[in-house]
Amino acid sequence: MAFDIYDFTSLTSSIHEGLATFLPPVGVLIAEWLLVGISVLLFVAVFGLILVYLERKVCALFQQRLGPMRVGKWGLLQTIADFIKLLMKELITPNKADKFLYNLAPFIVIIVTFMAIAAIPFAKGLQAIDFDIGVLYVSSVSSLGVIGVLLAGWSSNNKYSLIGAMRSGAQIISYELSVGMSLITMIILAGSMQISEIIQAQSTGWFIFTGHIPAVIAFIVFLIAGTAETNRGPFDLAEAESELTAGFHTEYSGIKFAFFFLAEYVNLFIVSAMATVLFLGGWMPFHVGSLDGFNAVMDFIPPIFWFFGKVMFVIFLIMWFKWTFPRLRIDQILTLEWKYLLPVNLLNILLMTLIVLMGWHF
Amino acid sequence: MTTTTLDFDTIKTQEYLVNMGPQHPSTHGVLRLVLKLEGEIVHNVDPVVGYIHSGIEKMCESLTYPQIPHLTDRMDYLSAHMNNEAVALCVENALQIEVPDRVKVIRTIMDELQRLASHQLWWCVMGMDMGALTTFFYGLRDRELILDIFEETCGARLTLNYSTPGGVMFDIHPNFQKRVKDFVKYFRAKLPEYNQLLSGNVIFRERTIGIGYLSKEDAIAWGVTGPSGRASGFACDVRKHHPYSAYDRVSFNEILRTEGDTYARYQARVDEMAESLDIIEQLIDNIPQGDHQVKMKGVIKLPEGEYYQRVETARGELGVFIVSDGKKNPYRVKFRSPGFSNLAALNHMSKGAKIADLVAIMSTLDLVIPDIDR
Amino acid sequence: MKAIFHYVNDIIKGLSTLVSGMAVTGHYFFRPKLITTQQYPENRSTLKMKERFRGEVIMPHDTNNHHRCTGCGICEMNCPNGSIEIITKMIETPEGKKKKVIDKHIYHLGMCTLCNLCIKACPTGAIVMGQNFEHAVWDRSKLTKVLNQPGSEIMTEVKE
Repeated sequence: MAFDIYDFTSLTSSIHEGLATFLPPVGVLIAEWLLVGISVLLFVAVFGLILVYLERKVCALFQQRLGPMRVGKWGLLQTIADFIKLLMKELITPNKADKFLYNLAPFIVIIVTFMAIAAIPFAKGLQAIDFDIGVLYVSSVSSLGVIGVLLAGWSSNNKYSLIGAMRSGAQIISYELSVGMSLITMIILAGSMQISEIIQAQSTGWFIFTGHIPAVIAFIVFLIAGTAETNRGPFDLAEAESELTAGFHTEYSGIKFAFFFLAEYVNLFIVSAMATVLFLGGWMPFHVGSLDGFNAVMDFIPPIFWFFGKVMFVIFLIMWFKWTFPRLRIDQILTLEWKYLLPVNLLNILLMTLIVLMGWHF
Repeated sequence: MTTTTLDFDTIKTQEYLVNMGPQHPSTHGVLRLVLKLEGEIVHNVDPVVGYIHSGIEKMCESLTYPQIPHLTDRMDYLSAHMNNEAVALCVENALQIEVPDRVKVIRTIMDELQRLASHQLWWCVMGMDMGALTTFFYGLRDRELILDIFEETCGARLTLNYSTPGGVMFDIHPNFQKRVKDFVKYFRAKLPEYNQLLSGNVIFRERTIGIGYLSKEDAIAWGVTGPSGRASGFACDVRKHHPYSAYDRVSFNEILRTEGDTYARYQARVDEMAESLDIIEQLIDNIPQGDHQVKMKGVIKLPEGEYYQRVETARGELGVFIVSDGKKNPYRVKFRSPGFSNLAALNHMSKGAKIADLVAIMSTLDLVIPDIDR
Repeated sequence: MKAIFHYVNDIIKGLSTLVSGMAVTGHYFFRPKLITTQQYPENRSTLKMKERFRGEVIMPHDTNNHHRCTGCGICEMNCPNGSIEIITKMIETPEGKKKKVIDKHIYHLGMCTLCNLCIKACPTGAIVMGQNFEHAVWDRSKLTKVLNQPGSEIMTEVKE
């Protein structure tokens, strides 16, 4: 089995050939589905736990605290302990809740995140499906999550949950627009919607540098809208602890609550990964013009570390927002979208088109 | 072919009730608000008080005068020293005792430290109510230094029981002056941070400016005192208009604003923190020598009559009304607590606001629930 | 035109206030030395309360198991919530005189508000405030304490 940390294509193709030697073509397909499914599941569980731990440590450092310190060295086992606690807790269903929808909602939310992860390129050749409309696929799939949130809020038979869900609906549907627009801006520059091609187009320079002004504006807009789409502070109105106690997931407990919790963090990862792919060159290393020695050193770092490094940077930025800013009000969130982000985005698309047509980008 | 038309008369929207509290993160204790909502818009707020009623006024009737202050600690626990002082002043006035200058100055410094600690806690909780969780830790970090000063001099951090009729419980600790000076220097440097994090922040300003308007006339009519009243232009600072302790010998500004909205109430308190630092600075180097306690009789008996004393706590005007029938216990004690009157104006201020605004308005009223329920 | 200028100005001003807020939190993020958290049970050996800290009422005894309490009951009278009960007994002194001494100084920690009035009132300085603050017990009957140790006597120098 050929294993190359710089290019996973040989690994995946050798698995494929290995399976083909003793399985019929249908069997190979099913086996590969299972393999991919299990890896995505494992990735979501492990990465979700790591992100929860990181969030707690990062927010502690912002707040001059230590964060979890008791379970394991520096509290490293804290999230695992929390996870075990959540697994063992009783699953409570409110008396007059719509039981079917109530139980369905967390699964919708978590399945949607699995679907979106399928199109994320972790490194060269390490991508489950490389659609030719990959960007469109991710943005459309991730917007399905709001259905789960709405169902959860409605079926809980709780007024706080309902208010939270309605807020979330209005907010996510609005911000979907801005996310899409800033994606379009970058697609114009890339000239393709296929994720692997977008990354390949950035081998000479990341889009945030080659696309200069409109790319930077699109990046800021994407960060704001992406934060809003993941329901994180300062846009966490759907949960809004001080107003709605816990918003749409007030009534959920145990592992069902854990699904919502995990989905929030995996969505955070997806948004950061999309920002990385579109603006920061995906798994492409950082190159500076003709400094060959420097570029060689950068090339030596495997792409998968580049990818996760950039994703972590974007996640850190989004966490920084959350732990600094007060929450917006529902009408202000919509004002920000429709009166500020949308016009800016439309103008930005025009600017980007002009730049691409005139060849003013690098 | 029949055309179906939507009959809009059959589609009805209706107000709905939401119980906010008694267990709710932003009611700061066991306060219950019955909200009448239409979507997000608040039509009516009906505060239900009494969940933490502890009968302090009634209990005072069976206590002697030196014992009363320790119960008042538990009323408005963030202004514990002002509460102690109110009772102490009331008893001293009734007995016509003049306390030494040293006591007056110490009490004034303690008052202002307590006001700072209270406002810091209010500031950080205000940030948390608005969703900025980090402010909570910055406010508590600074408040901790004041609590350390209290612990060193008074022996307790929250329930001080420091002012007693006739003086203060202990003389100040030898480290007191140095520590207070260090703190004033430290906190002056930290105040701009407060402004950077909340006062200047565009989200915070958008959420507070023009929200929860209370006019001067309404503030007077509802009896809204303290920084909340002064933000509406109601000049009600007891320290300025009816000076007690050493307030007549310090110069400070009464923070008056005219906007009367949530941001004005916020800014009034932040400005008051700077004023408190000024007052402390004027007094800390000039603590006169003398006794910390007047020699009192073993059993204090107030002459028959009615006595009233008011002080400015961090929340507003606290009045202590004692009816004495000449025995060692008071016949009746009544506290006019600022929180109760301030809460009364909540419905008036938050009509037509959104749920998020209601939380912000409630936060700027700086409610302490035991102060309301007593 | 003016409206557009205001619009752009609003955005830039708003963003700059957000960045200045992030600068404050970022300042602390990159200075972990400023962390103020104390790890409580671990720092027990170095944790020292201030000398006036009011933790609980205690009665100091010297090496000969002598205390300063005369059993006068002034602390009991001054206590606002009945946390102190004084039980006295009559003994016969070697000179043959009958004398009232303390039998049990019962202190209900569970009821005490640590107001310091008993200590202030004590004429002989027999009781003081202790520094211990770890009062949690499994059974509330353990919160009722007898302050004078068994077999202890009053110091001879304490005047009646």
